[in-house]
Amino acid sequence: MRFIKTETHINFIGKKNIAFYLSIACIAISFLSLIIHGGPRLGIDFAGGSLIQIKFTSATRIDDIKSGLKSVGLGKSSVQQFGERADNEFLIRTESTQRGGEGFTSNIKKALASSTGDQVEIRRIEMVGPQVGEDLKKKALFAMFYALLFITIYISGRFELKWMLSGVVAAALIGAVYIFNLFNVSIPFLIGAALLVSLVVFWFLELKFAMGAIVALIHDVIITVGLFSIFDKEFTLPIIAALLTIIGYSLNDTIIVFDRIRENSRKHHKKPLEFIINRSINETLSRTILTSLTTLMVVVTLFVMGGGIIHDFAFALIIGVLVGTYSSIYVASPILLAWQARAKK
Amino acid sequence: MKNFSWQLILVFAVIVAAIIYVLPTFKPGLWPHRQINLGLDLQGGMHLVLEVDTAKAVEGQVERISQEIFEQLKKKRIRNVSLDRVNGTKIAATIHNPESLDKFNELLKEDFDFLKRSQETASGVTTLIIELSREESDQVEKLAVDQALETIRNRIDQFGVAEPDIRRQGENRILIQLPGIKDTDRAKDLIGRTALLEFKLVDDTQSVNAAVQGNVPAGREVLYRVDVDSETGKTSKVPLLLKKRTLLTGAHLTDARVDFDQFNIAFVSINFDKKGARIFERITGENVNKRLAIVLDDTIASAPVIQEKIAGGQARITGSFTLDEAKDLAIVLRAGALPAPVNILEERTVGPSLGADSIRKGLISMCIGGILVVLFMIVYYKGSGLIADLALVLNIILIAGGLAGFKATLSLPGIAGIILTIGMAVDANVIIFERIREELLLGRTPRAAIDAGYDRATLTILDANVTTLIAAVVLFQFGTGAIKGFAVTLSLGVIASLFTALVMSRLIFDYILMGRKVKTLSI
Repeated sequence: MRFIKTETHINFIGKKNIAFYLSIACIAISFLSLIIHGGPRLGIDFAGGSLIQIKFTSATRIDDIKSGLKSVGLGKSSVQQFGERADNEFLIRTESTQRGGEGFTSNIKKALASSTGDQVEIRRIEMVGPQVGEDLKKKALFAMFYALLFITIYISGRFELKWMLSGVVAAALIGAVYIFNLFNVSIPFLIGAALLVSLVVFWFLELKFAMGAIVALIHDVIITVGLFSIFDKEFTLPIIAALLTIIGYSLNDTIIVFDRIRENSRKHHKKPLEFIINRSINETLSRTILTSLTTLMVVVTLFVMGGGIIHDFAFALIIGVLVGTYSSIYVASPILLAWQARAKK
Repeated sequence: MKNFSWQLILVFAVIVAAIIYVLPTFKPGLWPHRQINLGLDLQGGMHLVLEVDTAKAVEGQVERISQEIFEQLKKKRIRNVSLDRVNGTKIAATIHNPESLDKFNELLKEDFDFLKRSQETASGVTTLIIELSREESDQVEKLAVDQALETIRNRIDQFGVAEPDIRRQGENRILIQLPGIKDTDRAKDLIGRTALLEFKLVDDTQSVNAAVQGNVPAGREVLYRVDVDSETGKTSKVPLLLKKRTLLTGAHLTDARVDFDQFNIAFVSINFDKKGARIFERITGENVNKRLAIVLDDTIASAPVIQEKIAGGQARITGSFTLDEAKDLAIVLRAGALPAPVNILEERTVGPSLGADSIRKGLISMCIGGILVVLFMIVYYKGSGLIADLALVLNIILIAGGLAGFKATLSLPGIAGIILTIGMAVDANVIIFERIREELLLGRTPRAAIDAGYDRATLTILDANVTTLIAAVVLFQFGTGAIKGFAVTLSLGVIASLFTALVMSRLIFDYILMGRKVKTLSI
């Protein structure tokens, strides 16, 4: 069986302008959403606070829950439905990290039982104090930074097969980060600066493949974060893990396409770059669609059947797979074309 | 052909090893290898991060030293010196005449040489600022954390939790994991209370109310006793004026047990060691008809009148305890007081029902997702699809074996990682099969197509998986708890899929084509 009969000749690159505007639009919407919401919505892992997951035996109204919480001094918490409607589960989220020690959970249970007239079970409690929240934030950002660092070194070495140059890139990055660190800049700025430095270095060293890959990465992450913001989902530790996985996965895709492009560049060196890129994408199309399909199969299953806790994580992965595939074709490759146009001038 | 048997042996060895490690999870006790460790989010339990308030430990040490200096001043009859606490960790000694200053300095040099001193003189009055040296206070802080760790470990041991995990985290944090615990409020209380037992004399000669208003005489303090009305259940706080000086602490306890009085109300009966017993005898002997306050964590449990001198070092702590409260008090008294208060920085508690649900949902997703992929591969690649499916099943066995073998912990994100691997592992096979199809189309024989397919795909496959591996390794390094579990399964999954795709399925193809003249390939 085949999805793609042999030798498709879809003119992907011809549509690149449309894709360009589409990408810009998506990125703009993402930024807009982030600005409107005042940044990404941070879960308790990063912002600190308490989270209590409760389960009732029958359908309950949120107002009843809220009045019960008020009586134990948790009036300022937010209550949301969690998981399937039939589960009767709710998530209580509060900024306070006060742990009332003795009888805290039994007090809540009693208050809720009386205000809703229903038996309540406390399924899980998570409390993150402000110091730990800061720690976790730092760890997450460092993780993203180091992942970026190693990936940048790897792709500049691997694509250009100029390991010396990749060493230069690494040195430039580490140097730039060190200097910025002296100015006590916060970590998000550090990451932004590192990215900028890499792009500039790639530009000067003419590492066009590496540049294409990194730009595709940035594109993917921004859109994923933007979609999370639009759907008002929280950023927790597992979501950061999902982001890093998406980065790895998206790069996979990009590497496959670039490999083909290089192979075809040698084989058809007389043909124009547009032709080579189109042909490469068509040749790898089968594999790209298939892998995305199988990965989506499992991740959608996880999304549907995995339960509330892993739900957002699966959502992030779904976005990542779709956008990652798109960006290998319509972000990374057009950058190669843009290079050539620049070189011709 | 020579390589053939070498690879075959390798593949079989790896598979057998994995199965050996996996089986105990399904048939416990089969042989002495461990089951797969389940994370707290899958088996239920409590995860706590505590911070030891080392600043308070230093303050406590300074307080003790201050009291010692006070004693020495009395003993050596050095007058006109008043001691005050400044900024919590410094002692300010105000000396009003130069003779006392000389004697005081001598005393400090003799007995308290390890303290830092700095001197100021203003209008005939000299003030000495006394504090701990940097090394001393660092030492106190370090010891405080060590001791807190031991004490908490003792308390948890007595509480009876299966397989607790208690360890130090960083400079002054303690990480506690209690799998399967049900009564989390009680456990937190048990772990977190300082449990400092002090005996102080009540000062009945001066006015309590004046002190409550704000006029606390020197060397005295106001502490409260919480009374619970047994009928209404209402609590009320009764203030008492106490002499600040701690006469005896719980450090001298050898035992604490729960007992019942004639009204069947629980109390805690305590025994002192020899030294403590002597001190207790002296205190009670010198203060008959005065009240002795038994103070727990700065709250008065009771303040009975001393009827007579008590020898033998036995006492009772009463205070309208429930049975559980008395039991827990006995535990903390036996295990000892914490050297400094601890604060809970992070708590993650998962109830057992949620844990079981998570496992169930995770496994169902894995099965359904896996079946979808397996069926798809067969439909799309026919016979070769079956080979890829076999590789997939082996992948999962290898991951499970790896988890058991490396004693890694499986968490809910970890299960998600395995599921992700199922989807991504197919990728390696797809790359190879597509290449083989291409080669076949170019007119090569099946044998040549397979060889060419594998050769050209290998580098690409290695490449593509390296980036996922980099992400997984970074996640492992910086991730905590559940995320580490994800990083582990992802890494194991990538390595396993590389192995099965490049080595194992190649072997199967080779075996199929071995010696036969195959015209077509089911692909």
